[in-house]
Amino acid sequence: MQFDSFSAFIDMGGYGFYVWLSYGVAVILLLMLIISSITGHKHVIKNIAQRKQREDKLRQVRKQRQKQDKDLKSDKHQEAVE
Amino acid sequence: MSATNLSYRAVFSLVLKRDLTIAMRHKDDIINPLLFFVIVVTLFPLGIGPEAQILSRIAPGIIWVAALLSTLLSLDRLFKSDHSDGSLEQMLLSPQPVFILVLAKIVAHWLITGLPLILIAPLLAVLLHLNEQSYGALILTLLLGTPVLSLLGAIGVALTVGIKKGGVLLSLLVLPLYIPVLIFATSAIDTAALGLPYSGQLAIIAALFFGSLTLAPFAVGAALKVSTN
Amino acid sequence: MWKWLHPYANPEVSYHFAGRIIPWLSVCAALILSIGFIWALAFAPADYQQGDSFRIFYIHVPAASLSMGIYFGMAVAAFTSLVWQFKLADASAAAMAPVGATFTAIALITGSAWGKPMWGTWWIWDARLTSELILLFLYLGVMALHNAFEDKNLAGKAAGILTLVGVINLPIIKYSVEWWNTLHQGSTVSKLGKPSMSIEMLWPFMFCFFGFVLLVSVIICIRFRSEILARNSIRPWVRTLVSAHLTKEKTNAV
Repeated sequence: MQFDSFSAFIDMGGYGFYVWLSYGVAVILLLMLIISSITGHKHVIKNIAQRKQREDKLRQVRKQRQKQDKDLKSDKHQEAVE
Repeated sequence: MSATNLSYRAVFSLVLKRDLTIAMRHKDDIINPLLFFVIVVTLFPLGIGPEAQILSRIAPGIIWVAALLSTLLSLDRLFKSDHSDGSLEQMLLSPQPVFILVLAKIVAHWLITGLPLILIAPLLAVLLHLNEQSYGALILTLLLGTPVLSLLGAIGVALTVGIKKGGVLLSLLVLPLYIPVLIFATSAIDTAALGLPYSGQLAIIAALFFGSLTLAPFAVGAALKVSTN
Repeated sequence: MWKWLHPYANPEVSYHFAGRIIPWLSVCAALILSIGFIWALAFAPADYQQGDSFRIFYIHVPAASLSMGIYFGMAVAAFTSLVWQFKLADASAAAMAPVGATFTAIALITGSAWGKPMWGTWWIWDARLTSELILLFLYLGVMALHNAFEDKNLAGKAAGILTLVGVINLPIIKYSVEWWNTLHQGSTVSKLGKPSMSIEMLWPFMFCFFGFVLLVSVIICIRFRSEILARNSIRPWVRTLVSAHLTKEKTNAV
């Protein structure tokens, strides 16, 4: 241990403000970078999931509509035959 | 809430919120002018030399000129995208008075460009070795002056929004209007460096601020009507 | 000779590979970096001339070296993407830019905080700090250009060209800034040079440096994975991955 007491550790031989400012800013910037990377990843996954849900829904609606058209056509065909 | 029954406050906050939301989705609009501001300020020591005495003498001028140029660059987004997709005409056709809508857009513009400028300027002042006594004057002049830049600049943009290559023309129109603000702001900062009171210059900038705040929205409205017909 | 690398050109393979190494790298990074920080702060000797403010050295120098190293890494990725049409290299370049910019900012701020007690001023226009500031502008320019495009493939190509132009310009910029500095400075000698390091200072420096290298690798892997997903969002493997993720979240919520 280079320092005799905890207060000497904080004081850093008179340079305490600058040393702790540097280490503090470095840690804060790194934490911000890490957090932004992780939340960015979650965002990307959420966006893709939303888009996928929307496309699935659209596909379902389109299939339903096609089925309806087919039923209508077969009904009309039945009527024409009769 | 029918469109004709909206109060002035409701219209103002609606348009303000819309512009801020758009800016939040295109963060480039906020960051690019700010970056331009920083780079331009950095260029001066590289061109003049790093001696602290010279730099601190011209620091107020450098910061203010860089702020002017960066505001000029950011003005384009005020009406351009609304004009190109037709929403500007719709705004002008609405039953609400145009000056409210215009004022809301200008306030949004200041929040997006002027406010970050004010926050970054002290750091740049450190780079330029600005005199310690001048920091207060720097922030006050920017606080009072950048809204004037947004207001006067909006007049220029409204006049040139319909013109195809309006960019350079915009600078020719707007920079002469900016000169009084520049002169009084740098004078205030220089006076502060000498330790003397600078409230006179601040009062004049404040007068410019209130004058443009009350009159510019009408000029902008008239100019928009010209540009969109 | 490079055959073993070929499978990694497939985005899916690289995605899962990056995902597998992230836990290992994070643990190693956390361990080595904490040892490095504690050693640098509490156990390393104070400098003869600069006293305890020298402890800033253990962050400042690794951050500055990494900022330049990451830029060269981006340039290599950009070169690979342009010459061999490696789409994945674009993704890795986009992943590296914010990390490099953060480390450049850390280098500048810690350098500034070190300069204040040493030189009496927060900022000084010496060759090294000015070059570092210009490097920060280059990084931010690449990031801004990348964000300006809607189509990520075009964005990658444009940012790649800018990176390559930047990397060629970097030695020219450094040389001209040094020349500018000698014209104007003359007597002030930069005290932030690498002193002859005693072995007691070398060890914490190495720990901090390698801790940072591992941390950078972790963050780049995380961002690399996000970029791969964003660029390949219509592929079936991404779709299945995302739905697996969704169902896992739903079961967790329940």
